[in-house]
This record gives sequence, structure tokens and C-alpha cells, in this order.
Amino acid sequence: MTVENQSDNATIGVFSRLQPLLARVSQGAMTLLAVSLLIFLAARALPGDVANMILGQSATQEQLDLLRTQLGLDQPLWWQYLVWLGGILRGDWGTSLSNGQPVADLLALGVRNSATLSGVALAIMLPLSLLVGVIAAQFRDGFVDKVFLGMSMVANAVPDFVTGTVLVALFATTVLHVLPAVSFIPPGDSPFSYPDALVLPATTVIIPGVMYLARLVRVAVIDVMATEYIQTAELKGLSPSRILFRHALPNAVAPIIPAASLVAAFTVGGVVVVEYLFAYPGVGSALVDAVTNRDLPVIQANVLVIASAYFIFNLIADSLAQRDETAGQRPSKT
Amino acid sequence: MTTVLKASGLTVERSDGASIIEDVSLSLERGEVMGIVGESGSGKSTLALALLAYARHGVRIAGGAVRVADTDMLELDPASLRKARREVVAYVAQDPGAALNPMLTLGTLLTEGLAGGKAEKVTRAREILRKVGLPDDEAFLQRRPRQLSGGQQQRIAIAMAVIAQPKLIILDEPTTGLDVSTRAKVLDLIRQLCISDNLTAIYVSHDLAVIANVADHVTVMYGGQVVEQGPMQEILATPRHPYTRALLDAVPSLQARQALRPIRGRVPAVGEAPDGCIFSDRCDYAVEACNTRPALRLVGGTQVRCVRPELGETFGVRPQAVGHSDGQVANSSAVLQANGVNAFYGYRQILFDVSLKVEPGRCLAVVGESGSGKSTLSRCLIGLHGNVTGEFRLDGKPLPLTVGQRDQYARQRLQYIFQNPNASLNPRRTIGASLAAALANRPEADSRPGAVIAEALERVGISPDLGTRYPAELSGGQRQRVAIARALVANPAVLLCDEVTSSLDVSVQASVIELLRSLLADGLGMLFVTHDLAVVRNIADTVAVLSAGRVVEQGEAHKVLGTPSHPYTQSLLANTLQLPTEAADLDMPVIAPRQSAAGSR
Repeated sequence: MTVENQSDNATIGVFSRLQPLLARVSQGAMTLLAVSLLIFLAARALPGDVANMILGQSATQEQLDLLRTQLGLDQPLWWQYLVWLGGILRGDWGTSLSNGQPVADLLALGVRNSATLSGVALAIMLPLSLLVGVIAAQFRDGFVDKVFLGMSMVANAVPDFVTGTVLVALFATTVLHVLPAVSFIPPGDSPFSYPDALVLPATTVIIPGVMYLARLVRVAVIDVMATEYIQTAELKGLSPSRILFRHALPNAVAPIIPAASLVAAFTVGGVVVVEYLFAYPGVGSALVDAVTNRDLPVIQANVLVIASAYFIFNLIADSLAQRDETAGQRPSKT
Repeated sequence: MTTVLKASGLTVERSDGASIIEDVSLSLERGEVMGIVGESGSGKSTLALALLAYARHGVRIAGGAVRVADTDMLELDPASLRKARREVVAYVAQDPGAALNPMLTLGTLLTEGLAGGKAEKVTRAREILRKVGLPDDEAFLQRRPRQLSGGQQQRIAIAMAVIAQPKLIILDEPTTGLDVSTRAKVLDLIRQLCISDNLTAIYVSHDLAVIANVADHVTVMYGGQVVEQGPMQEILATPRHPYTRALLDAVPSLQARQALRPIRGRVPAVGEAPDGCIFSDRCDYAVEACNTRPALRLVGGTQVRCVRPELGETFGVRPQAVGHSDGQVANSSAVLQANGVNAFYGYRQILFDVSLKVEPGRCLAVVGESGSGKSTLSRCLIGLHGNVTGEFRLDGKPLPLTVGQRDQYARQRLQYIFQNPNASLNPRRTIGASLAAALANRPEADSRPGAVIAEALERVGISPDLGTRYPAELSGGQRQRVAIARALVANPAVLLCDEVTSSLDVSVQASVIELLRSLLADGLGMLFVTHDLAVVRNIADTVAVLSAGRVVEQGEAHKVLGTPSHPYTQSLLANTLQLPTEAADLDMPVIAPRQSAAGSR
């Protein structure tokens, strides 16, 4: 019986792992470029004239034309796109049409608030899913498990804004009055200074996330517990906790991680609705406001940020899935 | 001598009350090895697990007692049971690839059940690795199971079982998935451990040839019952139960081509056993008295569950050698020919200048270990491997290298049968639909598809009524027959058989070999890929021995196997397990039984 040569595999391993990552990053950059073009065109396709909106109905044709020239709206579309893109690459996101502030400043506020909300939600969602999933798997087909499965079906079928509205009715307006229905956070303040304003929006994001991920965890744990290596661990006389934490969970979590990253991506995207519902001052509500005002630079910037966040989490999901495939694979068959 | 294992009246039931094993008793003295043999579904694995007080989901140990050393395994509370499994009795599973946790390092896997400090554990792990013939350095301890070969994995599984020096070790088909030479090495290791550590072991297998090479006692299981139990030599010499006789007859011999006698019918499913003697519906010797279930009773040196134990004396001599096509003069016109075949995976060359020919009515066996390139060769011939150079000829006419370039006629003339019928038959199609799909490529048969399918099923011994069943409703042997029928439907000239018997029980293998032989007699050409030389002896007319992608020896089967000239062929032959009695009769190379192995070391 010979021992296979490992050093060859190791060197090949570094390249074969880095190369697809680089490929994916450059591919992602291309995707974002295409996305930026789409965003730009979509924003321009919004009904209503920007100059009209800013100056109001009483403006004269000369005033409108002047403003259009100032904003560069009389230039050809492709030129406007290139100017905008070039600005972003130089760090200049333009100025808001509605209040004249630099878009970058508005964006920084929104991104911090949204990142805080998503971060808090994910930090609670991921461990909670694991816990709920494992408990459901342990009591497989029992009462706890059936209750969980029923609840998760309901939670996943109901849209976020309904969940949010029900939570508001329960905890803020109709039944109890313990939490604010609207998350008022003054611009420039950290959301952590207003923890009660975070609770309902975060919970609205967490509930469907946990209900979805915990189902995956449940199935993964059940599958792993049925494998021969768990049987072997039992026959080795190991304790139930060691079997669960050292033998079962690492194997059960591996297939979940890519799914969890995707859920994280959805959370970042889905935060738009929740922020709007609670008037939480983040990227999402900023986007909704900007669309109402036809504030093109702000719309474009916000959508680009959301798309990038989505893209980054997807990239993480893909790389983790890739790592799972390559890791621990049998070397060449000899 | 101290009794290490005493199991009595062990009964395991399904939750609906149907018994999987019934009233099984075993007893082992220190240092003895007991073989448990039976076909799939005989309850032997359930028995093995029950000895560790373990029952699979939906199954429970309903009665009996298991005493290992001074521990009553079935009477323990959960914590004491875990302690007993860590220290008193250990288990080695069939497939180490599935039984070793892929996320844990070898060091963790070996030492996690041990008490003591880290340094002490590492020392123990190194000791045990040396003992089972693996590297003992830190880098190796940090490896994970999937970085090892199958043989290495099984060594780890064995090391894991013996590291705590248990009183009893239970091996559940530990060599079934391994190829011949790896199997011989792992068996060697087990024998060696039994001697050096005076291990007491239970060895479960479906293959009497394997059991005969490691065990001093044997328990023959059928339908969840012990049908015969006693000293190995005694049972090999005079098998008293017809089922034991049948199992012996199904083992192919390396020495001569024999009429393999498959056991008709199939193992009864749980809860479907006949009322009387459990084997009576498949037994050629059944009489009126067999309608009441016989008890185990002592006859000679063995316990037998048969009303006619005197049969042992009348079974007569071993199966007759059949020479029906053995040594038949080579037919000059090859139906399929390959010249100078080179095949690659990426830049790695797998096959080097391989040339061979398949003649009508004759079988060419391609023999080699895992990784010798034999499966690649058969895939090249069927045209599924693209990265290949060389020349193929079918009926004397050039044959394109890949299946995409071949015409319909050529595709029909060559048919492929895969190793694993569970994977090669579409589980969502009925048998009939699977066969009809193969027929779709034969326009001339369109007029009477039903008749063609029925004919093919009849030919492989399957009732055409089963055409409406799904593969999952058939036994493993039946599925492989259906796969063969699917090939026959296309009216082929050559069958390419890739390890078609290696996933089957010995008794089922016998029936498939008999079927393939009859197809040869019909004039089909056959290429039979295998690592089992005893199977080769029983089916092949010519043999090509493949090692590291090259043909190292080629010729008539009886010459190659009788007087092997290449060292590689010789080692393959030496590693092929045989029933020891035959080897003694015929004075041929054979793995020495346990006692003499100790002497030669």
C-alpha cells in the first residue's frame, strides 16, 4: 500500500483554488458594469421630467432648458452614462437633485443604518436557525417538529410587509404598546443608540430567514444522523453531545453555508421593503424617497450599492460551495 | 480458555413484530474467530449490530442475552453501554469510505474514545498505526479519511476498533468493497492481529471463501435463523444443511471451470418466511417432514437445523467440472478488434498500446486491480471515452473511436452492461419501459416490441410478467439480469461486461455467470472486465492481464491461469481466495488458512 504524494496536490490546489476566484471576481465586475447600465437606463425611463419636478409647474421653458443644460440632461444618453460612471470611479457620486447634498454623504448614512440592521438581523438569524433546525431534527416527527414545520410554512408563504404589519399591530399599536411602530433615528446618530427602534425591523427580517434556513438545517442534520459514520460514532460509545457537535454538525453545516450566504444576500435586498415599512432611515427608504422625487443620482447610487452587496454575498456563497466541493476530495485514484 | 462471547436466544424484531433474526445463540472462546455467513437479507448484519446492543431505526432487540466478557450488553443503562462500546466490544463497518467521518482527522478518529492525556493518546495512535502498517508521522495523523485509498481507510477503521484493546471485535464484511490484492492484505492484517493480540472476533461475510480463510468456527445464517453452526473444517468437509452445501457450490473455483449451482428462488423478505423449515421452498431435498420447523440439533460436531442431517454424507462429490468451451479452438474471425489503443485523462496516459480481440462465442476477460485501466478500456471500446487513439474494427470494418461518430448499426452491435444495476436502470421506469427504450433504436423490431421484450426477459430467466415492475421491486440479481436483457434487446454481437458480478452475493453471482455462459453458447462475443480470477476461470476463454495500463500477459485462459508467466499475474492468483479444501485437493496456490499463516510469518 503506497502513500499518495501530497505535495503535488498542494501546489496544484493553491492555483486551482485561486484561479476560479479571480475569474469569478472579474466576471462579477463585468456583471456590476452591466447592472450599472441597466440601473442608469431604468432610472432614465422613469416617467416624469426631472427639471419639471425640481422647478414646479410654473417654470418657463427657458428656465427648464437652462436647468437641463446645467444637469447635463441635454447630452446624449451614452455620454451621460459615461460621465456618471467616470464620476463613480473617481469617488464622485454626484449631488442630489432634490436637496443639493453630495450623494456620497447621503449614501454613507443610509449604508451605515442598513448595514447595522442587516448585520444585527443576520447575527441573530444564523445561530438561531442552527439551534431551531437541530432541535427540530432531534425531535423529528414529534410535536415540536410538526409545530415548527407548520409555522415555517406560514412564515415563508407570507410576504415580509405582512409579517411586519402583524408585528406592528401586536407590539406597537393594537395589542401591546411596548415598541415604536416607526423607527425614528435622527440623521448622523448610530442606530445602536436607539435599540428599541431596531427590534421590530430586525425581527421582521429574522422570522422568514430563520424559518427557511432552519428547515435546511433540519434536513441536513437528519441526513447526517442517518449516515454510517454517525452509526460508527455511536458504536464507538461516544457521548450524544460529542456525536452531535463534533461528528454531525460540521457535516450538516457544510451544505448549509452557501444557502446561508444566499439568505444573507436576500436579506440585504429585502431590507428595502422592511425599511420603508418602519420608515427606518437606510438605503431602502432612501431609495423609495429618491424614486418619488425622481432624484436620479440618488436612485442610481442606492440601487448600485444594493446590487453590489447582493453580488458580494453571492460571491461568498459560490466560493464556499466551491470550497466544499474541492475540500477533502479523494486525490487521484491509484 | 475463557468464554468471551455468549449470546443466547437473541431475537431482533421490526416495529410491526416481524422478526429479522430469531433465537440466535453464539459462543466464542478467547482467541477464536467466528465467521457468520449468509446471503443479503439473511440477518447477519442485524446480528452483528445486536451483539453491540445496537438496533437500526425502526428495529428493536426483542429478547435474548449477550454477554461479552463480564458485561451483559443488553442490560446496561445508556452511559454504561457507551463505556462497554468504548472498551469491551468494537465494530468495523463494511464501507470505510462511509463509516469514517470525512470532517475529522485520523488522529481524532483514532483517539476520541480513549481516556487519558493528549500525549498519551498520540503515542497510542502512533503505535496502532504502525501495527496496521500505516505511516505514523504527525502529517498522517492530520489527514482526513478521503485523502486515503480504500485499503488504507479500512486499515484505519480496523485500527480504530482495536486501539482500545476490546475483548471482542466485530467485523461486518470488512473486505467486500476492496479489490483482490487489497483484500488479501487486509485479511492478512486481521489474521495477524488475531494472533498477536489474541483477538476474539466475529467476521461477517457473504463469501464462504473469505470466511474459510480467517475463521475457525462458522455460523450459517438464513432468513434470520442459524441453519448450521460448528467448526470451520468440519463444515467445509461435511456440510449437513442443504443451504450450506448450496453456498459452497456457488463459490467459483480457480482450478477448474465448474457448473456453478445458483440457489433457486430468493431469500425470503422479513415476515414472509414459510411456516415450516425456512429453506424448504428453495431446497432440492425437501420432504413432508420439512413442513414443521426443525430445531437446531447437534449432529457430529455441528449444530444443524435440518430434519435430514444425514444428507451431509450423501451430497456426494464437488460439482462437476464442465469443459464446454474450455480449450475450444480459437475462431479466426474476430468480431471486435482493438489495435494499439492509448487512452488519456487530461495529460495522464491511462492505457498504453493495448491490443485485443473478441471472438464470437468466446469470452475475453480483462483482469486487473482498481486503477489498472480496465474500466477505461471497456469505456473506450463502447466509445464513451473521448481522449483515445488507436484503431477499432467491428466485423472487420473500421469502427470510429467515439460513440457519437458510430452509426446505429455499430451502436447496436456493441452493448455495455454496468457494474451496478441499481444505478444503471432508471428507477422511475418500469422494467418493460427500460427495455422498450433500448428497442427504440431498432426500427425493424417495431412491429412486435412486446414480443421482443418478453423474449429477452425470458432469455435471462425473468418472467415477462415482471415487465410492469420497477427496479426497486426486484432483487439485486434480478436487476442485473434485467440490465443484461436490455443489452440483448438490441440484438448485439458483443457484450461488454464491466464488473457485472462484483456487487452481487456469491450465490447470485453464480446465477449471473451461468446466464452469461449460456449467452456465449448462443454465439455472442463477450468482453468481461473483472478483478476476480475465480470468476475468470469460470467464464473466460482468453485472458488479458492489465497492469498500470499495459497488457502484461495475454492468452488462453487455462494457460494464463494454469502457468502464469508474469509476476503480476502470479500475485493476482496468489491473492485470490479459495475454499481451502479444494486447494488442498488440487495443490494450487492459495491464501494459507490462519494457523499456517502464523507459521510463515
